[in-house]
Amino acid sequence: MARRPFKLVRIARAGGHASVLVFFITFLAFPFYWMLMTTFKTTIDLHDVSKNPFLFNEPPTLEHLAVLFQDTQYLQWLINTGAVGVAVVLITLVLAVPAGYALARMTGPWAQTLGIAIFLTYLVPPTILFIPFARIIATLGLQDSLWSLVLVYPSFTVPFCTWLLMGFFKAIPRDLEDAAMIDGLSRLGAFLKVVMPISLAGVLTAVIFAFTLVTQEFVYGVTFITSASSYTVSVGVPTFLVRGDVYFWGSMMGACLIASVPIAIIYNLFVDRFVAGFTVGAVK
Amino acid sequence: MTTATADAFTAKAGWRTRLADNERLLWPLMLAPAILYIVLLVGFPFFLSLFYSVSDVTVGSRSMSFVGLENFRRVLATDTFWTSLWNTLIFTIVSQFFVLVFANILAMALSADFRGKWLVRLLILLPWVAPISLGAIGWLWIYDSIYSVINWTGQALRILGPNDWPIWLGQPNLAMASIIIVQIWRIVPLATVILLAGLTSIPQDIHDAAAVDGAGFWRRTLQITFPLLLPITLVAVLFGIIFTFTDMIVVFLLTRGGPYDQTQVLATWAFFTGIQGGDLAGGAAVSLFLFPVLVAVAIVFLLLARRSEVT
Repeated sequence: MARRPFKLVRIARAGGHASVLVFFITFLAFPFYWMLMTTFKTTIDLHDVSKNPFLFNEPPTLEHLAVLFQDTQYLQWLINTGAVGVAVVLITLVLAVPAGYALARMTGPWAQTLGIAIFLTYLVPPTILFIPFARIIATLGLQDSLWSLVLVYPSFTVPFCTWLLMGFFKAIPRDLEDAAMIDGLSRLGAFLKVVMPISLAGVLTAVIFAFTLVTQEFVYGVTFITSASSYTVSVGVPTFLVRGDVYFWGSMMGACLIASVPIAIIYNLFVDRFVAGFTVGAVK
Repeated sequence: MTTATADAFTAKAGWRTRLADNERLLWPLMLAPAILYIVLLVGFPFFLSLFYSVSDVTVGSRSMSFVGLENFRRVLATDTFWTSLWNTLIFTIVSQFFVLVFANILAMALSADFRGKWLVRLLILLPWVAPISLGAIGWLWIYDSIYSVINWTGQALRILGPNDWPIWLGQPNLAMASIIIVQIWRIVPLATVILLAGLTSIPQDIHDAAAVDGAGFWRRTLQITFPLLLPITLVAVLFGIIFTFTDMIVVFLLTRGGPYDQTQVLATWAFFTGIQGGDLAGGAAVSLFLFPVLVAVAIVFLLLARRSEVT
C-alpha cells in the first residue's frame, strides 16, 4: 500500500478511516451526548415533539439538577457507592495481592490450573448466585444494609483482581527478588520491600478496576437493598427516579452523566495496563 | 509437607524467618484467604442453588423439603421458559455476531495513528466504563414512546413517513431489536480494546515482510492479522457470550421482559420468579439453565490456555 503514491487513494483512505470513526463515535457516545442535552433542557422543551430536539428551544436550565440534589437522595447514593467501593477494594487487596503473587511465582503443575480455576469463578454470574444469596443475606440479618454488598461484592472482585495482579507480578523479573534474597531478605521480605514498590502501578490498576466493578454492579444491589437511603447509584437512579408512568428525564439523565463521566476518564487512563495484565494469563 | 512442618517446629526462635522463606508453606498461606473466600462466597451459594432447585423453598416459609426434579418439570412445562430460552439464544448470538464484526473494524481503525486519538478512545470506551444500568436508562429515554429522538430524526430525514412512529420497546420484534442494539453498544468497546491489544502485539516486521513480498491490505488482513489474532479474538468472544447470556440488566431496565414476555430472557425470568414472585426454588431452577453454557465456555477457556502453554 505504501508504494502507491496517488493522492486520491490517500484521501480516499483517510476519508474511509474518518467515516468509520464517525460512525462508531456516533453510535457509542450518542447516549451520553443525549444525557448532556436532556440534563439542561427545560421540561417544556423536552416534551415538545414539534421542535428540533437537538437544539435548545428554550434557554438551558439547572432545574433538573436542583431536583436531583434537593428532592432525591442522589448525593447519599453517591456516598453509599463510594463507601461500599472503598470497603470492597480494601478487602480485595488484602486477599488478592498475596494470592496473585503466590500464583505468579509458584511452580509446578498446580500453579496454572489453580490460576485458571480462580479466574473461572469470576465468570460465575450474579444471576446464578443471587437467589441463594438473598436467603443467606436474610439469615444473617443483613438485608437492606450496605454490609450485604460489602460481603458479597468481593466474590467477583477477588477472582478478577487475583488474575489481574498475577499478570502484573509475572511481568516482573524474578532476578530482582533473587538478588534481594542473596542480600539477606526472606522471600516474603523481598516481596514486600522489592516487588510491591515497583508493582504499585499494577496494584493501583487493580484498585481502579475493583472500584468500577462495584459501581457497575446491579443485580445484587436490586435484590438485597429495598430502602432508598441505602441504594447505590446504579440501583438508585433506575429504581427511584422511575415512578410508574412518571419519568424525571432531566434529573435522571443528569444523574447518569454525573456518575459516568469521572469513572470513564479515570478508567481511560488505566485501560492499557488493564488489558496487558488481563490478557497475559489467557494468551501468553 | 511433613519435613517443612518439622522444620518450622524445631526452630522456634527463628520460625518467623523460616516461614517467610519456606515457599512450600508460604504459597499456600498466601493463597488460602482468597481461596477460602471464593469457596465460601461462590462455591457454597452455588451448591445451595443446586439444592434449592430440588426443594420447595419460598421467601415466606422457613421449612423446605425435597421435591426432586419437580421444579424443573414445572419450569419446562411453561411457555415462558421456552420463550426465554429462545430469546436468550437470539439475544446472545445476534448481538455477539455484530460485536465481532464491529470490534474488528473499530480495532483496525484505532490501531492507526491520528490526531485526537485519546479523545476518540475515551468517547468509544464510554459505554463500557459507565455503569451499564445508567447507560440503559439513557437508552430508555432515546427509545421513549412519545419523545424518541430516533423517530424524530427519522421523520426529519424522511426515512419515516409523517405518520410512522415506531414504539421501540412496545412492539415484540422492535423490542428485541432494541435490546440487542443496547447489548451490542455495551460490549463493542470491551471487545475492541481486547482486539486492539492483540493487534499491537503483532510485530510490524511481519506486515513489512509481507508488503515487500507484494501482499496487499486485504491479503495481509486475511492471511496474517486474522490468524494471529484468533486466540485473543476467542477471548473477546467468550467474554461477550458470558456477559450477554447471563445478563439481566439491559432487559430488566428496558422492557422488563415485555411486551407479553416477548423479550424475556432466562436471567430476568429467574429474577421475576425467584425474587419478585418469592418462588426461590423455581427461580433457582431457571437460573441453573444458564450453567451448561458457562461450563462450555469454561472448557473452551481451558483448552485455549492449554494450547497456548504448548506453543
